Order: sequence, then C-alpha cells, then structure tokens
Amino acid sequence: MSVELGHFALIMAFATALIQTLLPMWGAVARDPALAGMARYSAFVTFGLVLIAYLALTMAYIGSDFSVANVAMNSHSTKPLIYKISGVWSNHEGSMLLWVMILVLFAALVALRGGGMPERLLASVLSVQGAIACAFLLFIILTSNPFARLSDVPFDGQGLNPILEDPGLAIHPPMLYLGYVGFSIAFSFAVGALVHGRIDAVWARFVRPWTLLAWIFLTLGIAMGSYWAYYELGWGGWWFWDPVENASLMPWLMGTALLHSTVVMEKRDALKVWTILLSILTFSLSLLGTFLVRSGVITSVHSFASDPARGIFILGILTLFIGGGLALFAWRAPSLKQGGLFAPISREGALVVNNLFLATSAVAVLVGTLYPLVLETLNGSKISVGAPYFNLTAVPLFVCLLILVPFGQSLAWKRGDLVGVGQRLLAAFGLAIVAMMVTFALTRGGPVAAPLGLGLGVWLIAGSATDVITRCYRRGLHWKVVVERAFGLPRSAWGTALAHAGMGITVIGISATAWGVESLAVVAKHEPLIVGPYTVSLEQAFKRKGEGFREDVAQFSVTEGAVARGLIESSKRIHTGREMPTTEAGIVTYGFGQLYASVNEILPDGRVSIRFYWKPLVTLIWGGAIVMALGGALSLADRRARIALSAKNKRALSMKAEAKA
Amino acid sequence: MAMTRKQKRLALIASAGAVLTVAAGLILFALSDKIVFFYTPGDIAKQNIAAGSRVRIGGLVENGSVIRDASMNVTFRVTDTETSLTVHYKGLLPDLFREGQGVVAEGVYQGNSDVLADTVLAKHDENYMPKDVADALKKKGVWQGGKGQ
Repeated sequence: MSVELGHFALIMAFATALIQTLLPMWGAVARDPALAGMARYSAFVTFGLVLIAYLALTMAYIGSDFSVANVAMNSHSTKPLIYKISGVWSNHEGSMLLWVMILVLFAALVALRGGGMPERLLASVLSVQGAIACAFLLFIILTSNPFARLSDVPFDGQGLNPILEDPGLAIHPPMLYLGYVGFSIAFSFAVGALVHGRIDAVWARFVRPWTLLAWIFLTLGIAMGSYWAYYELGWGGWWFWDPVENASLMPWLMGTALLHSTVVMEKRDALKVWTILLSILTFSLSLLGTFLVRSGVITSVHSFASDPARGIFILGILTLFIGGGLALFAWRAPSLKQGGLFAPISREGALVVNNLFLATSAVAVLVGTLYPLVLETLNGSKISVGAPYFNLTAVPLFVCLLILVPFGQSLAWKRGDLVGVGQRLLAAFGLAIVAMMVTFALTRGGPVAAPLGLGLGVWLIAGSATDVITRCYRRGLHWKVVVERAFGLPRSAWGTALAHAGMGITVIGISATAWGVESLAVVAKHEPLIVGPYTVSLEQAFKRKGEGFREDVAQFSVTEGAVARGLIESSKRIHTGREMPTTEAGIVTYGFGQLYASVNEILPDGRVSIRFYWKPLVTLIWGGAIVMALGGALSLADRRARIALSAKNKRALSMKAEAKA
Repeated sequence: MAMTRKQKRLALIASAGAVLTVAAGLILFALSDKIVFFYTPGDIAKQNIAAGSRVRIGGLVENGSVIRDASMNVTFRVTDTETSLTVHYKGLLPDLFREGQGVVAEGVYQGNSDVLADTVLAKHDENYMPKDVADALKKKGVWQGGKGQ
C-alpha cells in the first residue's frame, strides 16, 4: 500500500513541480508578487512529496517487500539494515530518485533561507529548480519507475552486487549527488539573474554559500569514491581516468573555478558575465556526468542498465537545459552591466588565471572523455583514451595552476605588488626547494617526478602558511597581539589557506605513488618476500565461511627489520547466491603509507600467488581532500554568519519601517 | 605606469589566448599520439597492424587455451570465434577472467598474432561485458545476450 502511496506522491510531485516552474516565473516576469510568492510554498510541497516517495521506497526495502521489482532485484531479507537503507540507491531507479530528492531538498533550503533575497530573483531561481525537477521526475515516472510491482512475488530477493555491499555505498553516492546536484542552485541563480536582468555583488553573496556547499560535498564524494575503488577493486590504483571518474572530475574543476570567480564578483563586482557562464557550464557538466553514467553509453560498474529510451530521455533533458541555458546567456548576457576592470597583476588577475587553467583542464578532460564516443559515431573506429592522454593534457595544466597558487593567494586586490609578494614567499620557496633537494638526494636513482611533486606540495602548504603568517605577524609585535590577530582573521581567510594546503597534501600523496613498490610472487609457507621496507611471510592459508560468502584466506606476518609489525590478510571471496568472486584486499596503514595485499590464488599445494604493494604516503591523497573540504566548511561558516546577519538586519529594518508607518 | 582600460583588456585576452593555445596544442598532440585503437582478432589479421604499435583487443577467452606457469606468466588465446590471437601477460588476472568469457587486453602488438599485454580487463559482474567486446560479438552474430545489455 505504502508503495502505491509513494508512486502517487511522485506523480503529484511532478504536478507541484510544474506549478513551481510556471507560476513563479510568470509572476517574476509580470511582476505579480502573489504569483511570485507561490515559489516558496510549491518548493516546500514538492520536497514533501518527493520525500514521501523516497521514504515509501526505503520502507519497502527495510520491510523486504519483494513484490516491488526494485527491492527484489537489489536486496535480500538477510541483509543488514544499513545495506537495506543504502540499497535504495544501489540501482538505477533508486539512485535517480535520490538525485531528484537532493535536487528538491536544495530548492526547499533555498526557499527556507531566501528571506533576504529580492522576491523576483527568488521566484525565478525556484522556478528553474522546479523545471529541472519536472524533467527528472518525468524521467523517473516514464522510464525508471522504482515502484513497479512484480506479479510473481519471489520468496526472497536477489541481493546486492557484492562490490556494492560496503560502507562506501552508504556514503559515496549521497555525497557525490549532494555535490553534483548542489551546482544546480548556481545554475538556477544564473538563469534567474539573466531573466531578472540584474546581477551584482549581492547576487554573488547569495550564490557563493551554495556553490561552496556543493563543492565541499563533491570533493568528499570524489575522494570517497577513489578510496572505495582503491580498497574494493583490489587493483591497488586510486584513479583510473575512467569516464565515470572523469564525469565527476569535470564539474569539480569547473565548480572550483566558479567558487573563485564568485569571490571576485562579491568583493570587486567584476567578472560578472563570466561567473554567470561558469555557473551554467558547471551544472551542464554535472548533467553531462549524469548522462554519461546513467545512459549506458559507457559501461562500467556505475552503469546499472543501458536502456536506449533512458539514454535518449536524459540526452533530451541535457540538450534542453544546457542549450536553453547557453541560449539565454547569449541572448541576455550582452545586456548585463559589465563589471569593473583591474590591473593584470592583482588578486583579481590571479583569480582570472586560476579560472583559465581550471576551465581549460576541464575542457581537456571533457575532450578525452567524449572523443571515443564521437569517433565511434563518426567512423566506427573504437579507441580508448587513458592515462597517457590525461597525463599530457590536464595534468600539466593543473601543475601550472598549482605553481601559481601561492602568488595569487598573497596578491592584494585591485593592484598587487608582485615583487613584494615574491619577497614574502621567498621562505616558502626556499623550503620547497630544500624539500625537493633532500628527497632527491635520499632517493637517488628513483623517479625524478616524485621529489618535484613533493616540492610542489610543500610549496602550496608553505605558501598558505605564509599568507596566514603575514596577515597576523609583523616584526616587533607582541606574541599576544599576534595570537589575537590570528583569531581575528576572517574564517574565510583560514578556509582558503586550509583548502590550498589540503591540495598540497594531496599533491604530496600523489607524487609519492611514484615511490611505490609492487611485488608479485608465488610463495610457500614462511617464505619471505620483500616489499619496500617490509618483509612479509605466509603464515597460513585456510578456508573460512562468513555471512553470505565463503573465502580462501591468506595470512601474512609483516616485519620491518627485526621488528614484528603485525598481520595482514587478503582473501578470495565467493559470494553465495550470485556465485560471484571478489578479491578482498588486505590493507595495513603504517604512518601515512599503506601495505596492500591482494591474493590471486591459493594453489592446491598450499602455496599462495599474491601481489603486494607498499604505497608510501598514499593516505595523504584522501587526507588532503578532507583538509580541502574542512577549509571549505570553515569558509562556509564565515559566510553563513554574515548572510544570516544581513537577513536579520533587513528584517529589523523592515520592522522599523512598519513601526514608523 | 598605469595601464589604460584597453591595455588591461588586451593583457587579459593575450594571456587567455596563450593558455588556450598551449592547451589546444597539448590536446591535439595527445589525441594523435596517446590514444589506443580497439581491434578484434579478425581486425588484426585483416588490417596489417604494424608490430610495436599499442593495441587494445577484445573477444572471448578461447576454451582450453589458458596456460599459467610458476612465475605468474599467463598465456591465453582471444578469439572472435573465427580468428584468434595469443596474449602474453604477467600478473594477476581479474576475478571474473574465465575461459569462454569476454575479455579486453591492452598491450603491444608483437606481430604474428601475438600481443604482449600489460592490462587485462574482464567483466565487472555477471551482467557486464566490456562494451567493445559485446559490440564485436554482436557483429559476428555470436552474441548470446545478457541481462541489461
């Protein structure tokens, strides 16, 4: 019964989203406050209805209602609760429902917090959000109904794909979607501003927190996905330049550019038209990502189904919103008032360079991702574009950007003093060079790229530290004053420094992969195998039964010199039910590095064929991403306070005005 | 020396142009040099591929063709049911590598229907087959069809 209720709520949500699209936009254009005022209420109602639909599906999963096809195909009565709840988005239909739910949630949040916004802007923003929701609700209702019932109810469900049965499933998709879909707000604001015909620093102040929020989640979502692939797939790699990974990287690159250009707009009222364009492009790339992953044009673990009707439908949505957004931009942008100019050597100038590099590297990734599809359509030849392409295009562009980051961070607004900045950064530069030389000397004969990358990472971290230090410390200041000034720095300054340092940490982690060691061997019991600084030896190989699987386990002891460093085990698992084999990698963290074991086969004679990796500093890759997200959160905390304050001021002002009247 | 409005705009456009030109150059070079073409064993036989070029081949693992030795070297034959070629590989094979199943191998073509692979990919789960393989098999008319394909 509740399943039908959910289905009904979903259809109703489409109706209210249609109202949310049409009436407020009409109100905004015709300047009818009553119609414009419908925006907020319809956004709340749409969210409520989608939430009901979503909860109905979740209840069907929790209650193991196998009369629902979606539940029967992706769940099992014996699954732990967490996999029943997260099983909802383990499949195409459910994950599209999650996508839409996050979309309408964002719209409802904008409606909730939009008290201080100009009524017409709010109405047009929510209207565009409504239009996106309409399109995707229609997509779900027509092509991907999660509530379809089965006429033959199976005794039990088919269970979850074992690769997905992991805590990563509970975290990675919602995070990623919060990021992807969060950029829709920037898109709606851009379209709203184009319709509205007005754009100023206030607009940027409203857009920035949402962009920042989406960026934080996307950063964490990508990092989480990368770590999940690293430990689950058993290949020891953390990034494969797979089209699906690129699909999430492109909006991240463009979104990072957007994040920086909104700062310029908010602080200096410049780069307005460009920021609008970036807002449209960022969400376009999110939509493109959804299309690539959901349409089945590329096959991977993420493409659950490839029904051509779905692909064409999403392509239609993609064309409508990207085409519509860009057409509106072409039509209206020339009428927007241009912002102020600035000297090339200035904070603004530096942020333009940042935007240039980020947008270009996003384009490089885009070309590499779409080229195989285009070529196959054109002449039927099949190609694969892999790491060599991206290492030659996107990576050098990104490295150039990172070299420039500390300069940009230290330049003053309006007109900067490059020589002064150079002097201030001298210590940071020296530190980076020393770090580079020392590691180069220590690892002589090793890969050259690693010390260079490490130096770049140190440069970023030290550059960020320099920025904070020069803001609080002057020669002759008492230390108490310095501490006071440090506390007095705006949180967004700390946020910037932290985010850039986080990038530096990730860069160090990535560079260190070049020092990684791989040992591939067939070993007998107690036969030592050297893996980097460690020696492993097979202790025992045995069979084990677990819940829902049986496995062949190989257990190794680890020693470093003469010191025992514990055990590491890896197993070959066969999941009962699907009879699907997976490799469970064994991972032990020492310091920031990890020892990684991936068993291939346990031979009948008791020997084990195994692959070991020693990956120094590898955890910094994801640790850096977490630091970046923390920096974003700190910056967001700063904004939120300010915006809440300005809304409060406004309310106080309007109350005063009422009292006077 | 203060720059005029026009000079500022020019500086902006020039730097943007420089970055874009370099990027476009990199992309074009990489696309001409760093991409790998996909072939079926039949294509390799027909198209006269030069030895030493990097290829990606796909097909089915021929039944009874997998030979492993003690030091983790593997040799197997990949077939499109008409023509087949030999793949040499050292390392761990994917979990779902099976005789009679779809596979994609990437590596250097040695001539004489011999490929020295550095990457071997199999399907991710029971429903998934590398798209290139599925298409190639469909063309040959030997596609059996799987769920969701």
